[in-house]
Amino acid sequence: MEKKEKIGVYVCHCGTNIAGVVNVAEVSKWAGENLKDLGVVISRDYKFMCSSLGQELIQKDIKEQGLTRVVVAACSPHLHEPTFRTACKGAGLNPYLCELVSIREQDSWVHTDKVAATEKAKAIIAGGVSRVVHNEPLTPLMVPIHPATLIVGGGIAGIQAALEIADAGTPVYLVEREPSIGGHMAQFDKTFPTLDCSACILTPKMVQVGNHPNITLMTYSVVEKVDGYVGNFVATIRKHARGIKEADCTGCGICWEKCPKKVMDNVFEAGMGNRKAVYVPFPQAVPKYPVIDRVNCTYYIKGTCKACEKFCPTNAIDFAQEDEVLNVQVGNIILATGYDIFDARRMTQYGYGRLANVYTSLEFERMSNAAGPTGGNIVMRDGKTIPKVVGIVHCVGSRDKNYNEYCSAICCMQSLKFAHLVHERTGAEVYNFYIDIRTPAKGYEEFYHRLLDEGTHFIRGKVAEISDAVRLPGEEGKLIMQVEDTLTGNQLRVPVDMAILSVGLEPRADSKALAKTFGISCSADGWFIERHPKLDPVATMTEGVYIAGCVQGPKDIPASVVQGAAAAARIMGKIQQKEISLEPIRATVNADTCSGCRICNNMCPFNAITFHEDTMVSEVNPALCQGCGTCVAACPAGAISGTGFSNIQILSQIDGLLLLTLDKKKEAALA
Amino acid sequence: MKEYAYFPGCSLEKMASSYHQSAMETTKKLGIKLKELEDWNCCGATTYFYIDELLAYTLCARNLAIAEKTGLDVVAPCSACYKNMYFTAAHLKKDPDLAEHVNFALEEDGLHFNGNVNIKHLIEVFASDISTEEIQSKVSHPLKGIRVAPYYGCQIVRPQKEKENVEQPQFFENILSAIGATPVNYPLKMRCCGGSLIISSRTAALSMVRNLLQCAVDSQASVIATACPMCQVNLEVYQQQVNLEFGTNFSFPVMYFTQLIGLAFGINPKKLGIGKEFVSFAPSLLPVLQE
Repeated sequence: MEKKEKIGVYVCHCGTNIAGVVNVAEVSKWAGENLKDLGVVISRDYKFMCSSLGQELIQKDIKEQGLTRVVVAACSPHLHEPTFRTACKGAGLNPYLCELVSIREQDSWVHTDKVAATEKAKAIIAGGVSRVVHNEPLTPLMVPIHPATLIVGGGIAGIQAALEIADAGTPVYLVEREPSIGGHMAQFDKTFPTLDCSACILTPKMVQVGNHPNITLMTYSVVEKVDGYVGNFVATIRKHARGIKEADCTGCGICWEKCPKKVMDNVFEAGMGNRKAVYVPFPQAVPKYPVIDRVNCTYYIKGTCKACEKFCPTNAIDFAQEDEVLNVQVGNIILATGYDIFDARRMTQYGYGRLANVYTSLEFERMSNAAGPTGGNIVMRDGKTIPKVVGIVHCVGSRDKNYNEYCSAICCMQSLKFAHLVHERTGAEVYNFYIDIRTPAKGYEEFYHRLLDEGTHFIRGKVAEISDAVRLPGEEGKLIMQVEDTLTGNQLRVPVDMAILSVGLEPRADSKALAKTFGISCSADGWFIERHPKLDPVATMTEGVYIAGCVQGPKDIPASVVQGAAAAARIMGKIQQKEISLEPIRATVNADTCSGCRICNNMCPFNAITFHEDTMVSEVNPALCQGCGTCVAACPAGAISGTGFSNIQILSQIDGLLLLTLDKKKEAALA
Repeated sequence: MKEYAYFPGCSLEKMASSYHQSAMETTKKLGIKLKELEDWNCCGATTYFYIDELLAYTLCARNLAIAEKTGLDVVAPCSACYKNMYFTAAHLKKDPDLAEHVNFALEEDGLHFNGNVNIKHLIEVFASDISTEEIQSKVSHPLKGIRVAPYYGCQIVRPQKEKENVEQPQFFENILSAIGATPVNYPLKMRCCGGSLIISSRTAALSMVRNLLQCAVDSQASVIATACPMCQVNLEVYQQQVNLEFGTNFSFPVMYFTQLIGLAFGINPKKLGIGKEFVSFAPSLLPVLQE
């Protein structure tokens, strides 16, 4: 027979958040009187339980009354469970003997009927009290943290994170899929709202990454697999064969100068220009070593050519080079894999791909870039005509129920930047077609006003169609943008020479696969989900895996840099601690009752279950397990139990929740 | 041999008899049988649905119920008939209450509609049920060098039914290519011909017709191909009035796509109803007609 527990119940007012709907005094009094049988020896209510005074109240009772269990009825455990558990620990009680039940999110915030909400609060507390009796004292698991960090994605967010962590003196592996780091930012000409040159501010950071003694840069590489858990991940990285011996290559550029094969560059030049079959994507590429594109290289197609090899002064070309697969051990991971742009072809009414002078924003970025295919000249597809009228369409693929419902955040400012550049370089008349102008950051609104002063036309309306069907005099040879000006209520036909579609941002096409590799989750849109949208924006629900930049959602360069640095700070904090305490809420397999059916093996979202072929039983790796309970529910033999969520705990809680109902039935039966 | 239940609709009885003739001839050549629905009635056309929706659905459902008994897919050559029948079937399937009301009325006629019938536009039969190769194999007189404006009109693809491309479909172009013609880029191919607006708001409708004709001229087409009797009439018959209204000088042939296919198949032009048109096809089609 177990010893009688002494339980304290603490009901929080949360100002009026709870007390405005739930009669807390009545609830507290009821618990003190009616839950005595379950072991409640004291029940109090207090204005803010989470305040120091509230916590001290609990600590005092633990010490003076000898409480062995604590139930706090307040907000969601997501918010204050650590607060109250720490308070209990401070008073010498094992923190896992404290249970936080939510009478705010699950009661006062969602109900208006005060009487019913008060009754519900009683039921919730009765459930908590019934459960806490069966709680066991637990000790957090301590695991050491490997000091190295893996960063996937070498755009501005990944670069920032890598530099922060490397500067702090710990090693970083930076893995980038393309031949060079730099990401989308390297493709841009100017950055809003200051109009400073994108390359000028980015390339110094790229060079730092390339030279940093603490950064191992792996470009033209992908992460294939990740095993392990926070503090002890092992990542399998495939370095694609560049066809270049990096030790010998000086990056002199003779190979791509001599290469006879021109290839349309659909990645860096966005289809606006060519590169060679052996290439670096852009002159300031880091690392400086080129890559042989085996799909297009004449040698790989026909078996002859080898012009690059012939002319290479250091014999650095190696056609036989093979992919290299290596394993690295890291303690933490940052995913900063960025975004894809919305495929403008999907909105056929805008004619992209069909009407020559309709451009995407990325194409325009390349065109306006001095190092780009037109040398920075803003010209039409014929390569020489300077447009006289240019129309810029906002929200292409964004804020649209047919495509993506979300706002892509950067397009307004990007469109304003384009308008300015067109105006400055060609003197053309510029029309911006917008739904709403969104310029909510430092200096952005001022930039918008600058554009208004420059005489850019702003037409509030979603463009219905871009067409080459001319009707009225003056439209010959133009593109007609059909739009309703919703401020005047008029239908307009605006003839333009060039249309620029400010396309939205989308998750990478392979984001779901990537999320699976790293054991984290995507939202329905495909963006990676942060642990908390406001208070923990760079961590994920998987310990040790962080996200930064557009992989988490559309954002501009400043916000991506902030997230890169934030993720780095979080990780450096962890590395400093040398070891990490893991929640002891874990699943365990009872080896005696496990039938070895392996159903749980594939179900585990964290790959925490291994099957022992010799003993024919499955085992949960406690450091990997996140305590989600999937395997517990799935085990047909009932051989898996979740610490902190045992059957008796759950069933007792349900009994407690139903206590009031049962009492009422009893009363009715007696009456 | 493929067989369809054929709903000609009122237009094809008289005004668009050349569409009916050419549809019959070309499908026959392809081994398709169009079996006319027995005792069919009007589809409700463009107006009835705005006057009494329930009765309009009932009118349409009567044809659907008759078709359902045949167990065949129904084919309508007219875009308005097709749209009315398609959406009546869709609404009745979605709304059991409406179906109950409609079926209550149909019982008077000993009919019942269960919702088990596929409705197709005639052009869909050529675009998806028959392969391009099958069409090509029957072509004896390819329409080489003949520039055709593929005029879809608004009701074949809209309202959107599933996820199909309603902005820039290509199936009409593919059919025209299969018979050797050159489909031109016809930017207004999805625009409305004015429909019955020609009766209620003549000037507005004439302006729409003018735009379509001007666009065909600008696209350097020599003939407009249509798949709807309403479009055909508006575009062809009202050209004189457009010319009077806007001072233009249009004389532009507008043909049914089945007539073009028939010519490419080497069918006698008379059998395709060619010769009944207001604006002669002859100048644009001379090379083919001569053969």
